[in-house]
Amino acid sequence: MAELVWLIPAFPLLGFLTILVAGRKLGEPKAGLLATAAVAASFVVAVGVFFDLLGRDEADRSETVTLFSWVPVGDLSIDLAFLVDPLSITMCLFVTGIGSLIHLYSIGYMHGDPKFSKFFLYLNLFVLSMTLLVLGSNLLVTFLGWEGVGTCSYFLISFWHTKEANATAGKKAFVTNRVGDFGVMIAMFLAFGAVGSLDYAVINDSALAGTLTEVTATGIAAMLFLGAVGKSAQLPLYIWLPDAMAGPTPVSALIHAATMVTAGVYLMVRVNPVLGVAADWVPTMIAWVGAITALFAATIALAQNDIKKVLAYSTVSQLGYMFLAVGTGAYVAAIFHMVTHAFFKALLFLGSGSVIHGMHEEQDMRKMGKLLKFMPVTAGTFIIGWLAIAGVPPFAGFWSKDEILLFAAAESWILYGIGIVTAIITAFYMTRQVVMTFFGEAKWGSHANEAEAAHLDSGDGDDGEGDDELVDAGTPKSLSAAANAEVDDQVETNGAHGEFKPHESPPFMLIPLVVLAGLSIVGGAINLPTLGIIPKDWQHKLLDWLHPLVEFGEEAEARGIGEAVIKDTWAYENKVLLIFVAIACAVIGIVAAWMVYEKKKAKPFEPELLERGWRYDESISNFMGGPGRWLFQKTADFDKGIIDGAVNGVATVVRTVATRARVLQTGFVRQYAGVIGIGVVLLLIWFVVIRGIL
Amino acid sequence: MIAAIEPSWYLILAALLFSIGAFGLLVRRNPLVMFMCIELMLNAANLTFVALATKLGDINGQTAVFFVMVVAAAEVVVGLGILVSILRRRPGATADDLVALKG
Repeated sequence: MAELVWLIPAFPLLGFLTILVAGRKLGEPKAGLLATAAVAASFVVAVGVFFDLLGRDEADRSETVTLFSWVPVGDLSIDLAFLVDPLSITMCLFVTGIGSLIHLYSIGYMHGDPKFSKFFLYLNLFVLSMTLLVLGSNLLVTFLGWEGVGTCSYFLISFWHTKEANATAGKKAFVTNRVGDFGVMIAMFLAFGAVGSLDYAVINDSALAGTLTEVTATGIAAMLFLGAVGKSAQLPLYIWLPDAMAGPTPVSALIHAATMVTAGVYLMVRVNPVLGVAADWVPTMIAWVGAITALFAATIALAQNDIKKVLAYSTVSQLGYMFLAVGTGAYVAAIFHMVTHAFFKALLFLGSGSVIHGMHEEQDMRKMGKLLKFMPVTAGTFIIGWLAIAGVPPFAGFWSKDEILLFAAAESWILYGIGIVTAIITAFYMTRQVVMTFFGEAKWGSHANEAEAAHLDSGDGDDGEGDDELVDAGTPKSLSAAANAEVDDQVETNGAHGEFKPHESPPFMLIPLVVLAGLSIVGGAINLPTLGIIPKDWQHKLLDWLHPLVEFGEEAEARGIGEAVIKDTWAYENKVLLIFVAIACAVIGIVAAWMVYEKKKAKPFEPELLERGWRYDESISNFMGGPGRWLFQKTADFDKGIIDGAVNGVATVVRTVATRARVLQTGFVRQYAGVIGIGVVLLLIWFVVIRGIL
Repeated sequence: MIAAIEPSWYLILAALLFSIGAFGLLVRRNPLVMFMCIELMLNAANLTFVALATKLGDINGQTAVFFVMVVAAAEVVVGLGILVSILRRRPGATADDLVALKG
């Protein structure tokens, strides 16, 4: 089965090509169903490969499937090859699994959009790129996917490109990612220079064998981390992710929460032997960048009012946790949190999309409230996602976050402290979001969406409903009285007729929500910790599965990774205590937010500084617009004056000389012949008289 | 019986022909005549080749002549083509009139 791994990217490619050729003809909903089927087929193949690998011995689980030789140039030989091993298949499983759920959801969400088929075109292209990224057996194939997902991200952020802000957000994401991408390229050059190959196997083996020098390994690791910082939205390059929320919500869920942004974490885990050889400051830097980003983004999330912005900053924060795990050598915990985060964050994003859909494109949480009554399924699943991210046992997020905090505690108490504070804030802002959206009093009664109201108001005359006099954009209607099935239908298909009423989303959107909610509940089971009360067979499933890749046998301890390393620390021996601390933090955060936002016991603390994201984004804009611009202008002037000047100077000199010389060319053929004749005579004299020939 | 002609006579004849050709090229303005002068010089060179080949008993000299003739034929084709087109456009044009082509 493993040799069929190429089918995983092949199905989305097929879907992409079909929609490219016949997308318009397929139309809605066939294009969406086709795209969903393509990704679901990939998922089925991934499951097949997974069971194939599961049935093998631990040592045989890594296999390279070569399709063809891609770049054979001299010493450099790069194959288009896929690396099938537990790590890449784990990634494939959740990318295609969550991907197909989100495709399904999009059929409902994108209903009626004029560019319906184009949306699925991009989504399939994205899944293709993402599977290439995770399956690539060398850095170049991964880089191909890396750039592919970046491009799709750009296309999809600015999907509704007629609005200027959306187009700008797309550009911002693209340009910011470029900063990181050059790091990946430098890392590739370094790797090729040092070991003569871009294959992960060769690079990792040389790192394990000790042939990779510390300086080179440090360079490769640091440069790859720069790429990861860009792609996974860490400080200082996180700024594109909150703006990326301009895209349709399924895009935010798939690309900017569950899959693409975790590519950086994946890459770091993939080259973990190189990280092991690198100088100590690299993992330390990774851990600190992760921890500070986690705290920083969480504080911003406290004061956001846009339902998607909260989740965006929350994603940045959770990605920070993953880098904290990578930096402390907890690679399994990083992957574990990546998977559980994919479950609950995709759930939360899709839930917020459902809310936005039900609220007629309203995203401001200050105009929501009490939606529990009107959108029971959405609310129920969202609440599960909330408990998962807040770290309430036994939901998925609790187990993975706890694992990361354990490693952080073993590494440094300050890192642990930052992690714990972040956990409290996370529980707080998620509770705030849930309360503002689903509880409290309804704040949309006064017809929240003014623009739509005005639009409907003017359009109603054509509808022939004869209720023009009833239409009043500013007047709330008696909601309970209007709540019969017939009105519900009207509301669902036609927006409000003067009455504004949130509605539950169609089944296409609810099924993925329910499935993801289920996964968010039980997702933690893939890697339960070593605790007395948990049966031995259930513990550390993911660790055992990934074991040969991330701990590489006996030397794990020497290289400073894995659980073996923290066995003797105080934190490990008292991990039950740490678990209770984590639970207490989650409860503190939730209760505090509940008191503030539901019970109104205290005034909400939402300083403008936080709402504007510590003015970080503005500072960068100001810098780039002010001193930065001056600097770029000077660089451009240098380029124009000195570099171009040298080139143009040479040309000028040649032109001046040539202008003088062309006087000699008179156009008289006889004269030329005469000059040639004189030349021959002179040559003759030279040979005969001076050289003495003859 | 005619006494064998010394090769040096051939060389002298070739030098004369070459000088006539070179002189004609320099003084005449009719493009067709200038063309004939060039042919004269080429054939003077051919004569030299053949004379020396006979004297030295080396066949290579005669081989070179064939090359010169082939190249000359090709050159005539191109040259006459240009000439005809010039004269068709400007009847009676001289080589000096072509100075108008100067950039």
